[in-house]
Formats: sequence, C-alpha cells, structure tokens
Amino acid sequence: MGQKKIDIKQVRQVAKLSRLDLSEAEISQFTGQLGAILEYVEKLNQLDTSKVEPLAHCLPINNCLRKDEVKQSLGTEKTLANAPDKDEQFFIVPKILEEPGGF
Amino acid sequence: MTNSDYKIIVGLEIHVQMATRTKMFCGCELVFAAEPNSRVCPVCLGLPGALPVMNRQAVEFAILTATALNCKVAEFTKWDRKSYYYPDLPKNYQISQYDLPIGSNGYIEIPVGDGVTKKIRICRVHLEEDAGKNIHTAGSFSQVDLNRAGTPLLEIVTEPDINSAEEVRLLAMELQRIVRFLGVSEADMQKGHMRFEPNVNLHIKKDGSKHETPIAEIKNLNSFKALEKSVGFEVRSQLDNFIERGEVMQSGNKKTFGWDDVKEVTVLQRGKEEAHDYRYFPDPDLVPVVVDEKWLGEIKGGLCELPLKMQGRFVSQYGLSDYDASVLTTDRATSEYFDSAVKAGGDAKRVCNLITQTGLKTANEKGCGVAQLGIEPKRLAELAKMTDASQISATAAVTIFVKMMESKEQPGEIAEKLNLLQKSDAGELEKIVDEVITANPQAVEDAKSGDKKSKKAHGFLMGQIMQKTKGTANPQVVAKILGTKLKA
Repeated sequence: MGQKKIDIKQVRQVAKLSRLDLSEAEISQFTGQLGAILEYVEKLNQLDTSKVEPLAHCLPINNCLRKDEVKQSLGTEKTLANAPDKDEQFFIVPKILEEPGGF
Repeated sequence: MTNSDYKIIVGLEIHVQMATRTKMFCGCELVFAAEPNSRVCPVCLGLPGALPVMNRQAVEFAILTATALNCKVAEFTKWDRKSYYYPDLPKNYQISQYDLPIGSNGYIEIPVGDGVTKKIRICRVHLEEDAGKNIHTAGSFSQVDLNRAGTPLLEIVTEPDINSAEEVRLLAMELQRIVRFLGVSEADMQKGHMRFEPNVNLHIKKDGSKHETPIAEIKNLNSFKALEKSVGFEVRSQLDNFIERGEVMQSGNKKTFGWDDVKEVTVLQRGKEEAHDYRYFPDPDLVPVVVDEKWLGEIKGGLCELPLKMQGRFVSQYGLSDYDASVLTTDRATSEYFDSAVKAGGDAKRVCNLITQTGLKTANEKGCGVAQLGIEPKRLAELAKMTDASQISATAAVTIFVKMMESKEQPGEIAEKLNLLQKSDAGELEKIVDEVITANPQAVEDAKSGDKKSKKAHGFLMGQIMQKTKGTANPQVVAKILGTKLKA
C-alpha cells in the first residue's frame, strides 16, 4: 500500500462543504472507503495521456442551443408540491442568518 | 497624509441581467415581480433527469457585449459547475464558466469629464445563471422564491485600473449605457439588473517604502450611489486603519463586506475567513459552445455606434457641448432620433434644445422616450428650421411641439392654424407700426426725446405693436422698423 489517498482531515472538510453531519465512526469508515475508491481511480494514471487532447465533454457534439421561446412552467402549486416545508407561495427553509450576497 | 501619498486601486465585478425572454437553460419566462415560484420547472428545481439547454439569445447577447467591450471572443467555450450549498440554489451548484470565458482581454473607455476618456482593462466576460431569492422573514425560518433561479447573467470583471470612487461610478454608468445601446440588457437598477462588487485597496508611500492595505470586497451593491459611497467609505477606513494600526495586506486578510445603505458604512461579513472551495468541474449536462467566423460575423452585425463614440461625434461634428452630447446619448433611441433630425436638416443646437428642454420633460411625464412621442425626426427638423428662420418664436415652437405629438401635421400647418407664424414681412409690419405711431403721438414724442422717459415710451410702442399683431410679429423686425421710423 502506498500513501493514503485521503485523510480524516480532508474527509471532515468535504463533509463540511457538503453540509453533512457525520459521526466519528462514519468519518473513519468513509475515510477508508473514499481512499479505496480514489486508489482504484488512480489506476487511470497508468495510461500515457501525453498525446491526448484534453476533453471538455465526452460527446462529440457542440452548440446544442434552443430558441428564446417561453415554455410552460410548473406554476407555484406544482413547484412546491414536493417541498419538505412550504407556505402558500414559498419554500420554507431554516432561518438563514447570514447572507453571503449572491454571486 | 496628503492625497499624493496614496493611490486608490479598485477592480470591479459586475453582473448584468440579459434581456432574454426566458431563462438561461430552460424555457421559464422571466417576469419581474411575478407570483413567487410560478416561473419554475424541473430544470430550475434541479430534479433528477432534468437537462439544461442553452438559450441561443443569451449566448449571442454575451458575445455581442464581449465584442463591444473589445474582448477576444473564445472560439471554444464550455460550462462548469461551481459547487455551492445554499437554499436558493437547488442543484447545489451554479452553472458558470471557469477557465474558458466567452470573452477575455478587453477594455472599456469611460468618460472622465471634459471629453477626456480613460481605458479600463476588462479581464473576462462570462455567462452564468442567477440564484433564487431568499426572503428573511421575522420568524424562525426563511422563504425561498426560485423565479429568478436560472436567469442569464453576464459577469464582467475589470482589471484593478480604477483609481477613485467617482471612476467606479462612471464605469458602471458607461457600462449601463453600452448594454442599453446594444439592447442586451434593460439595465434597470430598480429591478436589480446590474449588481456590483468592487475590490478596493490602497497603495501607500510612507517613509520611502511602499505599503499595500488589505483588499476589501464589497458585495452585492445595486445602485450607482451605493457603489460610489461604499468605495469612498472603504478608502477612508483603510487609510485610518493603516495610520492608526499599520494594517497592511497579508496572505489571507482579504475581507468581505456588505453595505449598510442607511448608515452608509461597510459591514464586515463574518465567517468569510476560510477560502471558498467551489470545486469547479466541467458540467457533463452541457456540451461546449464553438463560435466560428460565420456565427461571430452574424452576431457582430448587431453592433452599433457605441454611446461614447457617438457623444464624441456630436461634439466634434455638430459642435454641441460635452454635457449636451452626454444627455442625448443616455439611450440609443434618443441619440439616433437626434442624429436623424440633424441629418434631416435641423440645426444641431436647436434640435438639441428642443429635445432636451421640451422633449425630455414631456417624455418623462408620459413615461416614454423622446423618440416615442410621435414626432418623426423630419418634422422635428422642420420645426427647428422654422424657429431658426424666425418664422416662429421659441415659445411658439414649444406649443407646436406639443401639438405635433397628437397630429401628423407639419409644423408650418399647425403654426398657421394657431396663428403662431411670426410676421416678418416688413411691408405688412410697417403698416401696423405706422398705425401705432399715428395713434400715440405723446409716446412718440417721449420716445424721440432721448431723456429718461424715452426707454419707457419705446417699450410702450413695442407693446402696442405686438398687441395689434396678437404677438405674431417678429420682435427683431418690429424693433428695426420702429427704430428707423423714430429716427426719421
């Protein structure tokens, strides 16, 4: 076995970025599992890709564009149908304390 | 510390909403202030199996803007996912462009007064989708409206070439003019069509060495006033922090601020110390965009004379003041309307006055543009010509202008109907002058006397003549005739 592909610290960071609340047991378990996955994917590095152009997409097509034409939206009722929490017109989420201010 | 001891360094990031009918990647209609969550579909919701499809119009608007901003347009561009967890972003990523933006390495010229311009380099121009809207209610929850989610936004990033709070505002206003001229955005500030994020810091010279203050990013400004004021505030604040505490730039002390519009101060946003990890990667749901010569040529066909260039031309070609030229080039319709009227033979200054003094006021009252008042450029030119030829007075011109909005008649016909034609026919006027002289011997004597009563008597006689002609006599011609008669 070579160097570990991912450590506990990185798993904690990824969990935080993904807004996942993991127990210590889960963190330890996922560190092992994610490491195994990364190790498996690492096999790709054995291929010599020095003469292969970078690929932006796996399909050999481009410019899939549509006309700027209005299509029927779902409407408020249907849009909210599967919401875990809602009121008449809005999705309801836990109070957002801090506004990061868009993009 | 004097001004010359420090230099203000500002780079600006601007988000401009594209004036498409539908969203960037789906056919949901863009309607301002529609019922919350009514313009939403599986693509907006990020439901499993939903696939985004690019809006051709948005892509073309982006390329057109990039061209107008002198950018190099990418022949090959693609879409990337910017991972970000927030309730207004149901997919948990924003579709954006990371390493291959649609436009790069351009510049914008901004007017900095008296016909002088300054070039600000543009780093990149790329397309992305907007997020939804969070509404922070008084209770223990927040409301989310996804109508805005997926709106096409053009992100424009400048190099840090801006050196004052005023220049930041001027750039923002010039960009607004450009996107309106191109028709790619309504750029309505009230509707949030333009949002700004300046990055501000100072380069300070002190005791022979150079210091740089920490960079402050001010988020989400949506008015020119807030933009200028917030940059001004940051400059003063950073200068104070440097003088009092010697605060300088270190790795990781870039700060993010919000703007308090009421207190007019920047407010530090907590929890921003940790650098974001957006984990960009190519979006497998969207294929790349290839812009070939032919398509680029078609898009470039939508270019027009840009406002700053037009403003300069109105000054150099038509002899207008820089101020008048800037007022006329606020929007494309007005500038082209003015240009057409001048090309139809109207004197530039006269046409300008008719538009800026009477036209803009009337248009404002009606809530439309000057060009939409119903007066064709040709008729406006005709009205200007009549005024210049003293066929009508300046006051009569205003009356005729208003009448022309409601009828298709020529200004001459209207002037005749309303008896507004100035009588400049010397023969006809001479007769009236003679009548008045005969009827007012005392006044004539006083006028001829040359003492202090003379001026008053002269005015009285002029008044009598104008009254007799119901104000239609050309005052200059009358004064000349009367003067000659009194000297005789």
